[in-house]
Amino acid sequence: MKLPLSVADVRSRIKPGDLLAPAAFLIVTAGLLFILADRSGWDASRVLNFYTFFLTFVAIYAMFALGLNIHWGYTGILNFGVMAFFLLGAYTAAIITKPPASGDFVEYIGGYGEKLAFLPFLNSEEWLPFLFGMATAAVVCGILAFLVSIPAMRLREDYLAIVTIGIAELLRRITIEEQWLVNGTRGLPGIPRPLGGLVEPGDYRFVLLGIVVVVLMIVYFAVERGIRSPWGRVLRALREDELATAASGKNVFSFKSQSFVLGAMIMGMGGALYAYAFSALSSDTFNHFFATFLIWAMLIVGGPGNNKGVVLGAYVVWGFWNITLLLQGYDMPGVIATRIPFIREFVVGVLILLVLLLRPQGLMPEVRRVSIWVERHTKATSGLAQESAEQTETPSN
Amino acid sequence: MNDSEAILDVQNLSKSFGGLMAVKDCSISVRRGKITGLIGPNGAGKTTLFNLITGFLKPTSGHVFFEEQQIDGLPPHQIFRKGMVRTFQIPRELKTITVLENLMLVPAHQAGEQIWNPWFFGSRVSRQERHIYEQAMDVLKFIDLVHLRDEYASSLSGGQRKLLELGRTLMCGPRIILLDEPGAGVNRVLMRKLVDNIQVLCHDQGITFLVIEHDMDLVTRLCNPVIVMSEGRQIAEGPPEEIKQNEQVLEAYLGGQYR
Repeated sequence: MKLPLSVADVRSRIKPGDLLAPAAFLIVTAGLLFILADRSGWDASRVLNFYTFFLTFVAIYAMFALGLNIHWGYTGILNFGVMAFFLLGAYTAAIITKPPASGDFVEYIGGYGEKLAFLPFLNSEEWLPFLFGMATAAVVCGILAFLVSIPAMRLREDYLAIVTIGIAELLRRITIEEQWLVNGTRGLPGIPRPLGGLVEPGDYRFVLLGIVVVVLMIVYFAVERGIRSPWGRVLRALREDELATAASGKNVFSFKSQSFVLGAMIMGMGGALYAYAFSALSSDTFNHFFATFLIWAMLIVGGPGNNKGVVLGAYVVWGFWNITLLLQGYDMPGVIATRIPFIREFVVGVLILLVLLLRPQGLMPEVRRVSIWVERHTKATSGLAQESAEQTETPSN
Repeated sequence: MNDSEAILDVQNLSKSFGGLMAVKDCSISVRRGKITGLIGPNGAGKTTLFNLITGFLKPTSGHVFFEEQQIDGLPPHQIFRKGMVRTFQIPRELKTITVLENLMLVPAHQAGEQIWNPWFFGSRVSRQERHIYEQAMDVLKFIDLVHLRDEYASSLSGGQRKLLELGRTLMCGPRIILLDEPGAGVNRVLMRKLVDNIQVLCHDQGITFLVIEHDMDLVTRLCNPVIVMSEGRQIAEGPPEEIKQNEQVLEAYLGGQYR
């Protein structure tokens, strides 16, 4: 009996580059699990707990990376202000879901949590404020993005990048300086946890992971469907050449705004999930390295223009970030031990450089035939046999 | 249809870049159903005139009428929707998009360009995509690029890019096509094909052409009438044989303006 695929067939179909993505995934997973197991004295439940928490944050960061992929990967909008939407989404969700401010050193606006649980069934206080908070975060971020886009989308991409950094820094300073707004540097603790009453507090992390993964999947499929449609085709055209796209009758400003708003809304939802996952927000979280450039690293490593790729990029970069954190637990010479926070940032930088030098299109490059409807037709109606040349590399010009 | 009716009418158009008047009080008219050539020495303002007509530049003064409608001041995508399309001197194909999708991008009013349609009304988008796909395949057959359908546009040769530019203009049922040097960098064989294609389109589908070209050989074979521009304005118009004998034109080309 002949097997449908011989070894030689498989070899000829798989290019060495295709193995990079699974290899990176396996290396990070193995490295992380080994160090976790070693640090915890091979205690499976502690490893599982940490890994669950790890995956939760990968999923949240993947949201930001998906939003940034719409901006940069598909439309070519250079957004260096991811933090603006991260911060705005997180604080918005927090002040919507929290009870009203009380006490001497607590000041913030909003506090609608109790009023939002107006449905008399199914413990609506468990899930209604959480959904409202996330939706409001998305809407508020969308509005900010739209307002910013009115002047900014007419700028060339480098000037646009400067504007986005400016907006992010502005929001960061406002949340720190304006005490009455979101409690300034004292931060916002006690953000209600979605579906928190459902299980024992010790098992809550699994519920959290479930919520985050479900939201991520909905967002992922929505983005994929949008990008693989004629809408996404216009965005990809804009990435290449705005003048030629205008000459094809497309309203450049409108499509760039739409892309900017949609990406920002996804980032806002990510920010909301971040607030729920930590159940507290501190102004330290929102710095440009952590809230913008780590996300750029995920996009670059994973592969701009490939949604699967950026989710993988989030996993790999967050994995390295945590592995280097865990290494702190080992006895190390003082020279290294005192400098480990900087070494961690250094490792992320090296990772970006390696990818840019050795595989600039990222671990998973953009597929060539993007529109799904085109895909369907070429299979259905043409006699031309097409190789499944999906993962073809972007030619570098 | 009246053959001599003007489809495009440019009236006293001027454009200055700082102190330089690239187009100076220029008036031309292009007749429906003809292939009109636009020639002139380098720096005569031909490409600037194209940019003014198609909305990529705003005129300093003057007006442009397309089928009796005033179109100066409109943004490029709105002028496109009126049935006027253009190509660029240097082909601006969309590099990391396949040849097929380069064409499928062009048709106007695609339902799938509103983001909620692919999300909630997939079958409607699908029906329209099938239609656009078939249209794109017809155009690909016409410009003979079917075999390169799924290649990135960046992997095409210079001449093939010119063909793709022409193909893109055919995707929207245009009434007038403005070609900016379709022959530049195209080899003889491909050039003959290009000329044939343009003639077929003009005669069979009644599309009007306005063609900037330096190659007099191509102009003679393809265009009638020919408009000559120099220093930002029209200096002559007529059949190619006549233009070749025109004293003023020769002067403009041979540097007469410096006397």
